[in-house]
Amino acid sequence: MELVCPAGTPASFRAAVEAGADVVYCGFRDETNARNFPGLNFSRAELATETEFAHARGTHVYLACNTYPTAGKEALWHKAVDDAVAIGVDAIILADIGLLRYTRDRHPNARLHLSVQASASNVEAIRFYHREFGVRRVVLPRVLSLDEIANLNRQIGVETEVFAFGGMCVMAEGRCSLSSYATGESPNMNGVCSPAHHVHYEERGDATVSRLGDFTINVYGASETVGYPTLCKGRFRAMGKAGYLFEEPTSLDVTSMLPELEAAGVTALKIEGRQRGKAYISQVVGSFRRALDQIAAGHGATTSRLSHMTEGQSDTTGAYRRNWQ
Amino acid sequence: MSMSVNKMPSSVSDAPSAARLVMGPVLFHWQADYLRDFYARIADEADVDVVHVGEVVCAKRMPFFDREWPDVIERLQRAGKQVVYSTLALVMGDREVGIIRDLAEMPDMLIEANDFSAIGVLAGRPHMVGPYVNIYNEGTLRYMIERGATRISLPWELPESSIASLCAAARDVEMEMQVFGRVPLAISARCYSARANGLHKDGCRYVCGDTPDGMNVDTLDGAPFLAVNGLQTLSGTYLELSAEMADLRQAGINLFRLSPHRCDMVAIATVYRQLLGGHIGPEEAREAVLDIAGDITLANGFLHAIPGADLYRIPGQPQPE
Repeated sequence: MELVCPAGTPASFRAAVEAGADVVYCGFRDETNARNFPGLNFSRAELATETEFAHARGTHVYLACNTYPTAGKEALWHKAVDDAVAIGVDAIILADIGLLRYTRDRHPNARLHLSVQASASNVEAIRFYHREFGVRRVVLPRVLSLDEIANLNRQIGVETEVFAFGGMCVMAEGRCSLSSYATGESPNMNGVCSPAHHVHYEERGDATVSRLGDFTINVYGASETVGYPTLCKGRFRAMGKAGYLFEEPTSLDVTSMLPELEAAGVTALKIEGRQRGKAYISQVVGSFRRALDQIAAGHGATTSRLSHMTEGQSDTTGAYRRNWQ
Repeated sequence: MSMSVNKMPSSVSDAPSAARLVMGPVLFHWQADYLRDFYARIADEADVDVVHVGEVVCAKRMPFFDREWPDVIERLQRAGKQVVYSTLALVMGDREVGIIRDLAEMPDMLIEANDFSAIGVLAGRPHMVGPYVNIYNEGTLRYMIERGATRISLPWELPESSIASLCAAARDVEMEMQVFGRVPLAISARCYSARANGLHKDGCRYVCGDTPDGMNVDTLDGAPFLAVNGLQTLSGTYLELSAEMADLRQAGINLFRLSPHRCDMVAIATVYRQLLGGHIGPEEAREAVLDIAGDITLANGFLHAIPGADLYRIPGQPQPE
């Protein structure tokens, strides 16, 4: 299986290549990609330089242009696609129908991948994107179980890529307005979820309160580790009980199920984390490289050694196991 | 094409800009008896032009009401309502794909596609695109129209600048916006009603039915925040756009959707009808909505490009506290 790794900076990009990434994916420095954070992402010149660096080492580059273009401002997204093609990236990751059509018409030879943000969760939806826009690979939404993924792969003529490690959306991606409900900014429109400039921490006696916009997302006791207030990983009160209603502060890690994913027909594994630093990228990519090499050599699955890298030091296989639902 | 869908009264096709009221699909798991009575009352008493039927949130709920739909549809049509069949918002697995394929075979029925499986199977015949489908820009809008969309209900998250641009680009298509009711914010494979009750989706005991307007989710400080409806997460606030409807009409929105809740939806429809007819003003409409719906908090933030949970007070317009 192909190992697809994130980069938010040129330093992380090189760390990913050197740690054994088959592919590095990244975005331009604006709202055309779903990790539009300050100080992250690539200028045109940087992407050109890093693409040359990667190609010289046999590593591929994918450009994520996977937010939904704003009405009246589509030219910004069109330019991103045109520039990515000119730079010579190996695939473009898209979610929006209008942008898929633009790219198909203007750049018929470009390899198109369907972003997880398009939320293509079933055989008819995937066939639609393949038939209409020649999409060659679909990044599957993190709502599907392993059995459902295997079943899909038996029916569709396109490659599938699944999330293997990192932050985990518990909602169907590309269909979530929780962030803009609380802050006015969303993944679909602005490329951000629970953005940092809407985050506040308050001390209340021994407790620390994390807030997003006007809403308290968590209250931590003195003995608890304070986490980032990602909206769906907060603690709320429902039916008279307080708790992690949507999901615990946890990260996805599929290291233990790599052979099953391969048997399910998955083509590529995606590491999440374009916002992560160089050291994180080196460790996570290196760990998955070793695990994949071990499987390729016929040694079977390994256990993960990445628990210290996960949110809340806890990991999950998420929706891949049906009991998660 | 031999199929005749989207039968509209001729007055409407003659004047495509005439504003119409829409009763959206019931998002909640209401008891079959209650749901039957609800639709009977909407058919007989509610001054709405269009009524949506069908299950949008969870396929597990379908067996409870599937056999009732033909009678409900017939009754609504007899009452002169246009009926639209709404599809599931999140389609997973072969069984659910089968449900979508079957719907696409329904003759003489306008189908609202709420995901890309439905968009795919409905291509080439007249259909409606629902608010769960991401239409954020003109390129996507044009594509949908070319593929057979005759009506588009815009996503809740859009600011008014986007709505104006989209309406300006819309040709030969009807444009719709929700103006009343909780706003769907997210959908998941995981059932949060089950999870809050210590259950899994596969053994959910249909506990979502215990909270017929959604399960209130408060912050740890006790502030109302969200509402859970099985796989769906809704706004804690109720969207209320009576102050914006004149501008939306001007921009080119010609259908206004009311999302059903347990409050008196016939009375709610009457309020918006009176507002559309110019018989009451927006402030009077808002007061009436609060009287009918009871203890709810209103919001309109998405339209004004501020947090969706916020209530933007339009300068110069008196608005009730």
